[in-house]
Amino acid sequence: MTAAVFFGCAFIAFGPALALYVFTIATDPLRVTFLIAGRASEGLKSINPEETAPSMRLLAYVSGLGFGITSGVFSFVNPLFDSLGPGTVGIHGDSPQFFLNSAFMTLVIILLHVFWGIVFFDGCEKKKWYILLMVLLTHLLVSTQYYSASLHLTSSGLAASVFTD
Amino acid sequence: MATTRGGSGPDPGSRGLLLLLSFSVILAGLCRGNSVERKIYIPLNRTAPCVRLLNATHQIGCQSSISGDTGVLHVVEREEDLQWVLTDGPNPPYMVLLEGKLFNRAVMEKLKGRTSRIAGLAVTLAKPNSTSSFSPSVQCPNDGFGIYSNSYGSEFAHCKQTLWNELGNGLAYEDFSFPIFLLEDENETKVIKQCYQDHNLAQNGSAPRFPLCAMQLFSHMHAVISTATCMRRSFIQSTFSINPEIVCDPLSDYNVWSMLKPINTSGALEPDDRVVVAATRLDSRSFFWNVAPGAESAVASYVTQLAAAEALHKASDVATLPRNVMFVFFQGETFDYIGSSRMVYDMENGKFPVRLENIDSFVELGQVALRTSLDLWMHTDPMSQKNESVKNQVEDLLVTLEKSGAGVPEVVLRRQNQSQALPPSSLQRFLRARNISGVVLADHSGSFHNRYYQSIYDTAENINVTYPERQSPEEDLNFVTDTAKALANVATVLARALYELAGGTNFSDSIQADPQTVTRLLYGFLVRANNSWFQSILRQDLRSYLDDGPLQHYIAVTSPTNTTYVVQYALANLTGKVTNLTREQCQDPSKVPNESKALYDYSWVQGPLNSNKTERLPRCVRSTVRLARALSPAFELSQWGSTEYSTWAESRWKDIQARIFLVASKELEFITLTVGFGILIFSLIVTYCINAKADVLFVAPREPGAVSY
Repeated sequence: MTAAVFFGCAFIAFGPALALYVFTIATDPLRVTFLIAGRASEGLKSINPEETAPSMRLLAYVSGLGFGITSGVFSFVNPLFDSLGPGTVGIHGDSPQFFLNSAFMTLVIILLHVFWGIVFFDGCEKKKWYILLMVLLTHLLVSTQYYSASLHLTSSGLAASVFTD
Repeated sequence: MATTRGGSGPDPGSRGLLLLLSFSVILAGLCRGNSVERKIYIPLNRTAPCVRLLNATHQIGCQSSISGDTGVLHVVEREEDLQWVLTDGPNPPYMVLLEGKLFNRAVMEKLKGRTSRIAGLAVTLAKPNSTSSFSPSVQCPNDGFGIYSNSYGSEFAHCKQTLWNELGNGLAYEDFSFPIFLLEDENETKVIKQCYQDHNLAQNGSAPRFPLCAMQLFSHMHAVISTATCMRRSFIQSTFSINPEIVCDPLSDYNVWSMLKPINTSGALEPDDRVVVAATRLDSRSFFWNVAPGAESAVASYVTQLAAAEALHKASDVATLPRNVMFVFFQGETFDYIGSSRMVYDMENGKFPVRLENIDSFVELGQVALRTSLDLWMHTDPMSQKNESVKNQVEDLLVTLEKSGAGVPEVVLRRQNQSQALPPSSLQRFLRARNISGVVLADHSGSFHNRYYQSIYDTAENINVTYPERQSPEEDLNFVTDTAKALANVATVLARALYELAGGTNFSDSIQADPQTVTRLLYGFLVRANNSWFQSILRQDLRSYLDDGPLQHYIAVTSPTNTTYVVQYALANLTGKVTNLTREQCQDPSKVPNESKALYDYSWVQGPLNSNKTERLPRCVRSTVRLARALSPAFELSQWGSTEYSTWAESRWKDIQARIFLVASKELEFITLTVGFGILIFSLIVTYCINAKADVLFVAPREPGAVSY
């Protein structure tokens, strides 16, 4: 549907994640590392002992955001590049709002991953196992709903993101 | 990895990793073959484009933009529907789906030049009936490249006396600035019309609502202006560039020729060796690229000549005839006589074993399948007959023909009443070089009987080649149609005439063309090339050249084409002999006594299936059939602006495809973009504000060794 839709959907899906990255993570190189590499605090401590380790909540937030961005990118980048062409979805009867719906869905999924990360880490720390169960169950519920709704539609990335978390 | 303290941004290592991650993700996104694309586009696979051809001064054909032309679909079934496209429709540009019967000059004149409203054209195949006609060729084919010009035979030049292709509308020689495609598959046409009816029909006079059904056509041509320009650009590219970008290729292929008695092709004939030439053309064209069924304009003629060659070779005293006979099938005659002009050029420059001096007489087969009331007309050139000796030779030639025709009551040879020009024929190129006595046999006295000359409708039905229902392909192959019988009669007349012209006296009446051969050839070339007989006469590596449909007769730029190969091997099978050489001996007969590669051509062909139908029985066929290059002398001499020789070239292109999909309105796209910007700005602002006031908003319980954020 041309460049306007491409940029519009890209900003909808990744705008908040970008904002979070720019203001909370990009300022500190350590946080960038955690974003990409997940839990590496032990290894980092051994390399640079003077560096004070960030708090668990920060770690949870950063890793949640990392997973969220990864999952969002893998599930949405394929339809996003298809929106660059002149056509829109609908010739076989599907909804013409496919791109907008997918973009909002991706936005929601990214934010959900952030929240899940924080809640899960908190549950682990405080040893409240029911929290872990809740996070897992809601994760599976959302994934199943999303997956079955888009069963005939998109990406292998979606399945991948279900299993990487 | 080591990290530096503080800093205003991420360190190079992590930045690099982030870049790598984003790059690999983008790469994953660019990988095609995904299901979202299948949700958006329906590709149209069975289409034929209109491509750009160039000659010394002009470009003809069609052109699209480099990234394809997209337009909202509109189906035009009556001329009134054009109003919507040209003036009324609110969503230009439109992609017009035109019914085949409306594809004529009047409609195209209206559409031409309106590129702001027309993005392209898709034409469906019409069902030709008994009164319709369609010829996109010009009314005077090959004008200016024959013998008649303003300085020689001016009363005959430019078809002043006889308009040969009266029904021609010249569309194929116009230049269009939008793409035009032919939709060959009726099922695809139905899908497109269904999409149109579902989305594009306006309700009660109001504008149709988005999303609308649209079509995109890609056929971007690289060459522009003329052959001189594109060949010069290609030449500069290939000389100076490491990665040369050639933009056009000359139209070229091979002529097929053979001799009745073998001659030494490495040398030249003595001046006393006289040769009777039997000539016809192999090619045709249409408005669309590589669609050229050419039934009446080419196939019927060369099939007749193939049958005549077979009949003549069966005569018992062939080896003792005083004169030789050369059968030649010219390629490229549609495009200003590429094949015949090249052969004349080679003969004049000693590059061909037969010279112009050796030619005793010339008999050409024009279009012969649509004879009315058994008449076969003999056309001769009035200008060369102004010379007394040539006039006498032509008279002898006509008398011999009439004598041969007397024995075949189903063919009545007729002379012209008054002096009339020759129709477009290869004989004209020979007469340009030398006054030889020649005749062109045709089914028409004045203008062509062919109502579909050089069009997509010149198919088997046009020459009444039809088969009964519910027969298997094998039965169809061997079913002798009436057209086949009629053409076999013409072939008999031709063969007997050639025998007499070559000096034969005894066995003229026993020479008979076989209708079975004619019908099998017609079936193979016009209905289904992939049949048992064609498979048995070809080499093994050429098997895949036979499709399940008819063969196309466009000369193209890669050579030899499928049709040239099949004609070559058919002629070899019909006029050659099966030898018992082994495969190695067949490929190199120099070691075998009594076999000579200079005299003969040896081919290892597949042969028929054995009795169990499991394997082929290959054999070595020895014949005098050879290929001669048919590339216009203009390209040999690098005279790309020549008016003497044909300069036709075909543009190159990268991608040709067509697809349909839905398009959304510009308003929706704009709304999507603004919503996206809005969300981005909003989230940036909110995040900044929350981050700045984080220590006020989030009062975290003090943890030992924790750093608050």
